[in-house]
Amino acid sequence: MRRYLTRKIFTYLLAFFVGVTIDWGIPHLMPGDPIQGLVSRFNVGSSAAYSALYTQFAKSFGLDVPLWQQYLNFWKGVLTGDMGGSIYAPGATVTSLIFSALPYTLALLVPSILLSYVLGNRLGAAAARRKYLDNSVLPFGYLLQAMPYPWLALVIAYLFGPVWHLFPIAYGYDQGLVPHFDWAFISSLLYHWFLPFLTVFLVSLGGWAIGMRNLVIYELENDSSRYLRALGASERVVRGYAYRNASLPQLSGLALALGVVIGGNIVTEIVFNYPGLGNLIFKAISNQDFFLLQGIFIFVVFGVLIANFIIDLVFIAVDPRTRLSMQGAAA
Amino acid sequence: MSESISAAPAPEVAATGLPVGPATATGPRKRNDFLYYGLRNKKLVFGLSLELVLVLVAVIGPMLAKYPPMEITPFPLQHPGSKFWLGTDLTGYDLYSQLTSGLRTSYLVGALGAGCAALVGMALGFIAGWRGGLLDELLQLLTNIIVMIPSLVLLVVIGGYLSSKSILFEGVFIGLTTWPWVARAVRAQTFSLRSREYVDLARLSGKRPVWIVVREIAPNMASYLFLVVILLFGSSMLLAASYDFLGLGPSNTASLGWTLNQAQQSAALNYHLWWWFIPPGAVLTLMVFALLIANVGLDEVFNPKLREQ
Repeated sequence: MRRYLTRKIFTYLLAFFVGVTIDWGIPHLMPGDPIQGLVSRFNVGSSAAYSALYTQFAKSFGLDVPLWQQYLNFWKGVLTGDMGGSIYAPGATVTSLIFSALPYTLALLVPSILLSYVLGNRLGAAAARRKYLDNSVLPFGYLLQAMPYPWLALVIAYLFGPVWHLFPIAYGYDQGLVPHFDWAFISSLLYHWFLPFLTVFLVSLGGWAIGMRNLVIYELENDSSRYLRALGASERVVRGYAYRNASLPQLSGLALALGVVIGGNIVTEIVFNYPGLGNLIFKAISNQDFFLLQGIFIFVVFGVLIANFIIDLVFIAVDPRTRLSMQGAAA
Repeated sequence: MSESISAAPAPEVAATGLPVGPATATGPRKRNDFLYYGLRNKKLVFGLSLELVLVLVAVIGPMLAKYPPMEITPFPLQHPGSKFWLGTDLTGYDLYSQLTSGLRTSYLVGALGAGCAALVGMALGFIAGWRGGLLDELLQLLTNIIVMIPSLVLLVVIGGYLSSKSILFEGVFIGLTTWPWVARAVRAQTFSLRSREYVDLARLSGKRPVWIVVREIAPNMASYLFLVVILLFGSSMLLAASYDFLGLGPSNTASLGWTLNQAQQSAALNYHLWWWFIPPGAVLTLMVFALLIANVGLDEVFNPKLREQ
């Protein structure tokens, strides 16, 4: 088990290294100059004033030292959490902007991932090899899986907002309220949270249900299930074992799906103008705030790695074979 | 000598490991089998016909449009009707024209993305599965790292520095971030196939590894691989819609996601301009839905275990 974990952690560290290096490298490889864009905002007339302002900005963003020094400084910034200042919100640091947006994103992501995973798996397992349920769950699941995030978000917003007037379709809370720990504010938070949550939840639900259905069918055909039946075990018991076996591939699927769900979450936040990381990305794009984008990228990579690590730990808890499987590459 | 051996057995004959005599007889019959079950599989027929209709719309639709997709007509905010079949938007774009051209873009990006992912994924998957050892470890490490780097955020960072992007760029980007799905599948299959007797036989008869992989191993996972690539085709189109919606898609090109982006930015929801944002997404959902259903059907055709339900 220690071997398994060391290997995993090594992979994560390497992935983080690659992520940070890509993040640092892209601005240096790409055409275009963020400083130039920044200086052009100030509408300077003379070229002397322009170059003075340019060197000033280059210096304040640490771009006046050799490349290797910049790379090391970037690492230092990443490790100390100091990613510099933001262009779009002058005065705010990248880290502070990210941390104020983070709770909203997590409040969407964590419940929607967990709930869709649990419910989808249950639904799929129930549908497997049961004709009537299967005939409704399967097409419905595929339909949900086929929906593009931005469109589902727009449709849900349209129906629950302008058509039925049930839920607000923008912002994280009532803009007339001051964030405060009281019921009026919390209820407003929940009220605004529901629709974006529903969107992210629904798209993932279909995939889990279908994946589980197929895996349980496969497990029910397995020799182990046949043996159980031959021993006279009830269908309930057989299905119970099939479910347990099928949840392992689903769990590793969860780790793989994280990237897609995070992407969907970003899009959904933008539709609902929800003040999470996705919205921050949108603001950063439209204001050409590259430092903020860099910071968010590092942060998302870090988050995905942490989530992967948690899934690994769950794997160890759920499946004792994991401890052995990594040692000999027995095919 | 080696030429005559390599020419004799058809790929699937060699795959089944049957002697040459009866094998030549089973070769064509097996193909007919697929056709036989394929035509009787309701899911496959439904999915395929729906997809075919949508492909036709993508091919023929733009020719019937009265205005180019990116041309502003002097008629903003027209309801769907006989003049503008799907209405126009706030600026005056012909939404029918945008939808049909967007369909084209989606298919192109999807095909490019899935094609690229299949090429890279198959190459790396075969190498990793065939060679094993240190190379396999390194390739697996690469696969795991690519999977963990969120592609949408990466595109955001790259896209911020590019002033103009093409369909080709979007497709290739999607392919280069999704190939791990193909690589994993191919590697696992190659791993289990490479110790089969007919592969050993090919190796003993002095065939080069590339030849063995192409003629002995690949045909055996062709059906499975086909399903993986179909799924990737669908998910590439969905990914592209998200990218386009964020304004990271091909510049000056009509795409379904871009239409959604325009509708969102002009608050089409609040003005009840439903014809602006409902059709593009609905069509994309149908495109992917048809693919998924056809995929289930194909799975049943290829896999006799699933067939006897």
